[in-house]
Amino acid sequence: MALLRTFLLRLVTTIITLFGVAVIVFVVIRVVPGNPIAMMLPPGATEDDIAQLQALYGFDKSILEQFIIWLSGVVQGDFGTSISTRQPVAGLVLNRLPATLELSIISLIFAVLMGGTMALLGTRYRDGKAEGVIDVIAGMALSIPDFLWGLILILLFGVLWPVFHISGRISPALNIDFSTQFYLFEAILRLRFDVIYDLIGHMLMPALALAIPLAAIIAQLLKQSLKETMHLDYVTLARTKGYSEGKVITREALPNAVLPTLTLVGVQFTFLIGGTVIIERLFSYEGLGNMAIDAVINRDLPLIQGIVILFALLFTLVNLTVDILYVVLNPRLRNAR
Amino acid sequence: MKLSRRSLLQTGVAAATLATVALPSFAQAIDELVIAYNVNLPSWDPTVGPSAVNPTIQGFYQSVFDLYIPQNPDLSFGSGIITGYGWNDDNSAIWMDVREGVTWHNGDPLTAEDVVWSLSRVANPETGSPIQFVWGKIENVVADGNRVTADVKEYDPTFFKWMSFLTGYVMPKKYYEEVGAAGFEAAPIGTGPYMVEKFERNAFVRLKANENYWGGAPEFKSVTIKFVTDAASRVAEVESGNSHVTLEIPYEEYDRLKAKDGLAGVAEPISDIGMIFLNDIEAMTDPNVRKAAAHAIDKGLIIDRLLSGYGIAIDTLQTPDYAAYDASITVAYDPELAKQLLAKSGFSTDNPVKFKIQTTKGFKPKDYEMVQAIVGLWRRVGIEAEIEVYEIAKHYELRAADQLAPAAFYNWGNSVGDPTTSTGFAMFGPSPHSVWDGQATFDAILPLWGETNEDKRIEGWKGVDRLIAENAEVIPLLQYVQPIVHATGVKVTPHRSGALLPHLMTRG
Repeated sequence: MALLRTFLLRLVTTIITLFGVAVIVFVVIRVVPGNPIAMMLPPGATEDDIAQLQALYGFDKSILEQFIIWLSGVVQGDFGTSISTRQPVAGLVLNRLPATLELSIISLIFAVLMGGTMALLGTRYRDGKAEGVIDVIAGMALSIPDFLWGLILILLFGVLWPVFHISGRISPALNIDFSTQFYLFEAILRLRFDVIYDLIGHMLMPALALAIPLAAIIAQLLKQSLKETMHLDYVTLARTKGYSEGKVITREALPNAVLPTLTLVGVQFTFLIGGTVIIERLFSYEGLGNMAIDAVINRDLPLIQGIVILFALLFTLVNLTVDILYVVLNPRLRNAR
Repeated sequence: MKLSRRSLLQTGVAAATLATVALPSFAQAIDELVIAYNVNLPSWDPTVGPSAVNPTIQGFYQSVFDLYIPQNPDLSFGSGIITGYGWNDDNSAIWMDVREGVTWHNGDPLTAEDVVWSLSRVANPETGSPIQFVWGKIENVVADGNRVTADVKEYDPTFFKWMSFLTGYVMPKKYYEEVGAAGFEAAPIGTGPYMVEKFERNAFVRLKANENYWGGAPEFKSVTIKFVTDAASRVAEVESGNSHVTLEIPYEEYDRLKAKDGLAGVAEPISDIGMIFLNDIEAMTDPNVRKAAAHAIDKGLIIDRLLSGYGIAIDTLQTPDYAAYDASITVAYDPELAKQLLAKSGFSTDNPVKFKIQTTKGFKPKDYEMVQAIVGLWRRVGIEAEIEVYEIAKHYELRAADQLAPAAFYNWGNSVGDPTTSTGFAMFGPSPHSVWDGQATFDAILPLWGETNEDKRIEGWKGVDRLIAENAEVIPLLQYVQPIVHATGVKVTPHRSGALLPHLMTRG
């Protein structure tokens, strides 16, 4: 019941949020300096030529009229046509979305694995030198922004010891016809280990760059939660039953300590998706973020709108998933009437 | 985990294996040429939409499509799909001869009808060609055998030069009509030296040599062009051996990389120039202020200190490669003269003239730093300029609306080298690209648009450039030099247009 209520409430707020985002984005990108028509004016353009171009792209109408036209298209699944690529926006963004999703999910997995391991080790060896070392590592990881991690990784594993690919998502020489844009997941399902190896080789550095700061956050928060939980009665009881310290941490303390971390990971995951914009650019990764930068540079208003709406949708979906997971994992909320 | 000798050895062997497996094989013989390009390719149709007028992506187009009239690497005009062309005696009609024996990438023969269709298509305002204003100057385009003729609606002496420039590509009539715009975008074909094998938007394009190319098959049979828009990543690409060729990297990196084993560099001037637009508003209505601003800039110093010497100082909007270049027009660096000129208008270092200068930051190499240096030089003579950083999109908008600040840094490209496409469009008041409204310059330029005598036309433009330089109506700064770093196994022939063309590359 609680789950259904959470879901319905979130669905309504999601629609309102998306509408709000659409209005703001639509107005803001038309108000900020940088008219797309001015960018494509031919050298000898006359006033008539300019008016003709304005009309061709629908910029001769008022912002309200433009918005109504755009919104009526959106509800029918038509997000307009990109100015720079002359392709339907919906197709462009949906083609790029899987690349960004794969990168974000792999980054999240890395972050959880790294952060979780650090937190467990820090708790296991709490109040000792090992915890100090873990705190220093986490501090360093957190204080360096993701794009700088990207540059460091490029220098280390792209130039000095060139073991990973610096740019792109897949080797151009690799001839494989994918049925979907989820290259990695599809390659796993098809057991194409050569392709998996190539994709991971491309994805590892950008994923790590995104994951390292998040891993530090997870490590710090989870360790703190675990340490607090370690003093609770049921943990003490487990110890008296003869459980090893490792088992006490993983079996007894972790399930309860993980909840606050989960909420934070959800919030941070949205930031991680936002971080793909810079990281994808740095690694020439063909995702939504890379496309977003081009769209902004080219003042491709329909494409910017499409990408922002999709990002907003992603953020709300991630938050919704976290809320549902929170309810599922928290017995008090799960059983609430 | 305890570190034993055995585990250390195992780790070492595993790491070495990993390194060997993952290391790029490019370090050896080059079978497939890999280029790290500095821009993305948004669209494959080189004749319509904003991409068609984007000079930075013309290299892609020229690899797949043929210009009607190509330009040689030194910007001289060559023989292409159009082998001969000209005007009739009274300039009321044009003729063009179409090359025989050319085939499209799908094997269809190129015909004169393709040329007729291509020209008619871009002349139609409804197709969205940004250069329709040029192509629309002819009508009744017809083919008779291999000869194409057309009536001239409005004489434009640069008409044939546009056939080497933006949107001047021949398109496949039959194929385009069969597949439509979307189909063409998905599987473009041309008559150029390379065929599109695979295109991943925002990632790479893989090209295959056109063995039937009328100009001879290119040496590299397979070329991958990666879109690596970040300069630091491009440096890493070529330094790590992941790419064989890259361009547009910081000059300091260019000097460092070309000194490394296995890498070499070529840095040649291109047709792009750096300049400062002067808008005749506020302080810039005073000729003394404008002239002082021009004389106070030590262009040589800026090029040496900021661009590591990679640049050529210019005093008009023509580079030495352009048709109307006149070496006798100079604007000397003379800070004392600048002070005297300012003094005539009542300004000094104690009472400086104040205005705003706009600039991009990172759009061109050291653009912001150059403006900072210029502002510093101006300060010494009695000019206090406030720097405003803007995006290039804002520059275009302000320029089209004639609302640029009194001074605004910009770069201008003109690969055909005609004065109309440099001085003409940049300084003729009614042009959307000009912010100079002075009557004298307008009067001097106006008759040149339709001048039929070529020598007289070029001399006329030289006169305009002299007038502009004497009145300091714009401050030309430098001709850019394009840095290209490549593996020693590749020989790169740079093109003055700035287009990096794989078919001009051979094994070194």
